[in-house]
Amino acid sequence: MLQPVISSFVIILGLVLVPRAAESSSSHWAYQTLDAGSVPDVREQAWCRNLVDRFVLARLEQAGIEPSPTAERYKLIRRLYYDLIGLPPAIEEVDQFAGDTAPGAYQRLVDRLLASPHFGERWGRHWLDKARYADTNGYSNDEVRPEMWRYRDWVIQELNRDLPFDQFSIEQIAGDLLPDANDRQRLATAFHRQTPTNTESGVNQEGLRMVKVMDRVETLGTVWLGLTLSCARCHAHKYDQISQQEYYQLLAFFNNCDEADITLRPDEGSQEEVAMQLVAQRTADPRTTYRLHRGDFLQPTEVAEPGVLAVLPSLDRRNPEQPADRLDLSRWLVGPAQRLTARVAANQIWLHLFGRGLVHSASDFGVRGDLPTHPRLLDWLAKELIEGSWSRKSLIRTIVNSATYRQDSSYRPELAARDGQNKLLHRQRRIRVEAEIVRDLHLAVGGLLSLKPGGPSVFSPLPENVLAELNSKRFEWKVAEGEDRYRRGIYIFYKRRVPYPSLVAFDCPGAMTANVRREISNTPLQALALLNDQVFVAASRGLAIRLLTEGPADDAGRLTRALRLCVARPPRVEEVDLFGQLLQSARDYFREAPADAESLCVNSPPGSIPADEAAAWIVTVQMIMNLDEFITRE
Amino acid sequence: MQRPIDFETIMRTRRGFLTSSASGLGMIGLGSLLAQDGVIARSTAEATAHPSVTHPLAPRSGHFPPRAKSCIFIFMLGAPSQVDLFDPKPKLNELDGQPLPESMTKNVRFAFIQKETATLMGTPRRFAKHGDCGMDFSELLPHLAGCADEVLMARSLHTDEFNHDTGELMMQCGVARFGLPTMGAWTTYGLGSVSQNLPGYVVLSGGGAIPRADLTQSGFLPSIHAGTHFLSTGDPVLNLSSPPGLTRQLQRKGLDALRTANQWQYRRQHDPEIASRIANYELAFRMQMAAPELMDLSQETTSTIEAYGMNRPEHPDTTVSGKHGNTMRSFARNCLLARRLVERGVRFVNILYGSWDHHEDLEKNLPYMSRVVDQPIAALIQDLKQRGLLDETMVVWGSEFGRTPLGENRPNFSKVTGRDHHPLAFTMLFAGGGMQGGKTYGTTDEIGWNIVDGPVHVNDLHATMLHCFGLDHMRLTHRFQGRDFRLTDVGGIVVDDWLS
Repeated sequence: MLQPVISSFVIILGLVLVPRAAESSSSHWAYQTLDAGSVPDVREQAWCRNLVDRFVLARLEQAGIEPSPTAERYKLIRRLYYDLIGLPPAIEEVDQFAGDTAPGAYQRLVDRLLASPHFGERWGRHWLDKARYADTNGYSNDEVRPEMWRYRDWVIQELNRDLPFDQFSIEQIAGDLLPDANDRQRLATAFHRQTPTNTESGVNQEGLRMVKVMDRVETLGTVWLGLTLSCARCHAHKYDQISQQEYYQLLAFFNNCDEADITLRPDEGSQEEVAMQLVAQRTADPRTTYRLHRGDFLQPTEVAEPGVLAVLPSLDRRNPEQPADRLDLSRWLVGPAQRLTARVAANQIWLHLFGRGLVHSASDFGVRGDLPTHPRLLDWLAKELIEGSWSRKSLIRTIVNSATYRQDSSYRPELAARDGQNKLLHRQRRIRVEAEIVRDLHLAVGGLLSLKPGGPSVFSPLPENVLAELNSKRFEWKVAEGEDRYRRGIYIFYKRRVPYPSLVAFDCPGAMTANVRREISNTPLQALALLNDQVFVAASRGLAIRLLTEGPADDAGRLTRALRLCVARPPRVEEVDLFGQLLQSARDYFREAPADAESLCVNSPPGSIPADEAAAWIVTVQMIMNLDEFITRE
Repeated sequence: MQRPIDFETIMRTRRGFLTSSASGLGMIGLGSLLAQDGVIARSTAEATAHPSVTHPLAPRSGHFPPRAKSCIFIFMLGAPSQVDLFDPKPKLNELDGQPLPESMTKNVRFAFIQKETATLMGTPRRFAKHGDCGMDFSELLPHLAGCADEVLMARSLHTDEFNHDTGELMMQCGVARFGLPTMGAWTTYGLGSVSQNLPGYVVLSGGGAIPRADLTQSGFLPSIHAGTHFLSTGDPVLNLSSPPGLTRQLQRKGLDALRTANQWQYRRQHDPEIASRIANYELAFRMQMAAPELMDLSQETTSTIEAYGMNRPEHPDTTVSGKHGNTMRSFARNCLLARRLVERGVRFVNILYGSWDHHEDLEKNLPYMSRVVDQPIAALIQDLKQRGLLDETMVVWGSEFGRTPLGENRPNFSKVTGRDHHPLAFTMLFAGGGMQGGKTYGTTDEIGWNIVDGPVHVNDLHATMLHCFGLDHMRLTHRFQGRDFRLTDVGGIVVDDWLS
């Protein structure tokens, strides 16, 4: 008796709470069409390098704040290397750039880095966070997905090719439905197969299927629309004017998108055929979608036809005779009527270049999300993205060429009260780089990093006691040999049940849900990892051997080289002195403790280098590599 | 006496509409941001000039004075059978072999049971009353029975989930959804941790595999709040040992140079993150001392070691469930380590042990696993009491759900020898930390199927636990993706009757 009463109460309350009328929903900034207004005027026109700067400077002038000076060239080159390819610049590259006073040197550097094959690895990782990419199923059984790396490679390759973001989106959401879909486009739909899956026995299969379909709907909301849809599973979204019915209308697009293993040729040039975990549209006996009472798959209520959110512009179908499908949805997402996607995408790019989005809540453009600090700039960037044929490289180029991006990142204590969070962009930000990049930087400077692109995910070294508790009858982490030990972090096998510990320590996300903004924590476990993890220690050994076998032969010259490899700029005298004293102490120690020196070197150092000398250098360069500056994009 | 509560009602009443928690707006989070960090103050004089330079684990007060300062949550993964351990049902024994009326199974989902042919299964276990309070315990838990007057036994827990993975998530995070913080993470987020030399939230597992990441995660909270899993061999905390050949004295010299260089950078850049990093290297250095000292049980007396049952003989049968190497020893060791951790000011200790998922062979497996845990947990409670720590330490025995009074008749089973998952009613135990000892709370019906009195949802459990820590579950919030999240989702009522 009670249930119908509660149900109708829910519906009535839903109506009261969620007026479906356009006037309440249309006033929210993010749902409006893009501002076509003019670019603001500024007093200091000379400061501006492109239009980005006009928007930023106008706000600063309004607040009476001067922008920060341009960062010195050593900082700029390191910033660009970290941001665009996630690798440290070689000393020669630094010197060449620092000495290149010809006009356009900076732009040439930018163009070179955007064309680098490592660009796709750097920016591909940003996308894989959103795709919740992993090499295993998740939950406690956590079986391996042996071919999933091909999707990771697809992302990297398409970013390198600068596949326009609209097409990049359509192929991942509905590549299988494109007319004459090719194998690469089908491969892109592995995006939908990133959903964790529970193979625990006793799980209700229809219930699990519904959980996965919901994950796909909510991922689409977070990644492309910047909207949190999950609340509307069970009840009307109180703040964002999304009714429960609309949630299930969106869900209807995915309800006949079935998981399928499909044989295809993932590489255009190759004849190799692989069975991939992809999706296929269910055509025979399609399911009808219902609104589920309280999100429970056993309690269907009224029918929900495929449809988009009422607060956003309506969707055009390819075929008005047929219900809208996933392909219609994907085209609508990036189509001319609907501009929320462009705002969300432009904001994500900005976030990766400034450490904070213009909309700080990058995954929430809804009513409770943060307002944009520079709404007109955000709209201008969105328009640039669209008018630049959705080229992400082109938008990145525009942003990094701006004077705003090139500012120094030092704190300005005098502005603590007025703009403590730097919302007005009176400076660049210092950002501790992401987990994978921390590792890549160390291995690169240590001369150990393999730059081999793509291929199956690799099993990087793990501590013995972790291996002992990780390996079982069902799964073995077979530690890689040779160069696969030290590949870039993006290629490390991602096991959802136990993600790679030194990546987790630096906030690599859990891959259970879409992540558009990583945490940047600062913990003692990070210090322990950088000091003692075998991979980081190996990198220190590598750098010590590099210094002792190539380059300058004097202490000061070697210390200078070590510092420059890590922080690019020429070191200050006191820094060389400081680490020189440490070197001397270490030498004194190891001369008296040859056994310790041998242990620290692990294998005898090459050639005629005495172990005590090598050990002293290992200890010293380890501290240089632990400098905050090295793992910080300044 | 409340009316019987069934599965449907549980599902229906659980989720109200989002209530506005705007008043809560992450006040605790803000407090943590503004907290001063003594560590940094000692390391860099300049850093003190920045109020935003913080240590997120600096201890701080909750919303009101706490009863509990630390929690030891012993999570019995897989779900032990409450009708064989805690909740005696003579009627169930009487009805052994009888089917259950259809009205009782109508809207209930099972993992494996075939409703049409399932029959009730009595228990061979003898129950007796213990302590001054006369609390029921089965013969399988004689040591815990000896703690009856310290223990609150709640027999009326219920949950929304009936599969392990989702049920465990629900018990740890309050909702069976990924990306949320566990209760351990919420606790250190709210209160920090007294220990500045050890992680605030430590996870110990029973010699088996590393627990799944989502059961120890910080979710959307900063990763400092994630549980640190102490490995059972080698370095308890990952990367604790310096590389071979690098002595502590030399490392100190190295760290001194590093600190100096980082301080120069701080003077140039004024970024509080640099000061924070300096402090974290100092903390890491202290952890390298503190963790081995913690793990070194040679300081414990023989009588303590024996009381915890560290040297009990291990079961010869390797096919018994819940056995990973010498489990008698490893579980006892984890209980003793838990005491040492809370003694040193660690906020939240999670001991994971399983699997109690006895779909079959209950007869063989339940006595073994009960024996593994009985003596060490009882010893832990007594030990804490003797040291005057029980008042401020909450010890919890919990599981993701319970087990059915029905025997499991999975189609491929030749005999009915076990029980299926039962989210409708299960038992949890509490000792210390503001929970009332010697009390049995909540009642299930004559066969242990439904709760008839005092239903406590997982959200209510969490609300009550937080309450003991001086935290109002409605105000311990974190804004994420436009919503103020809390451990108790949209539910949670503090069970006042549990409090001492």
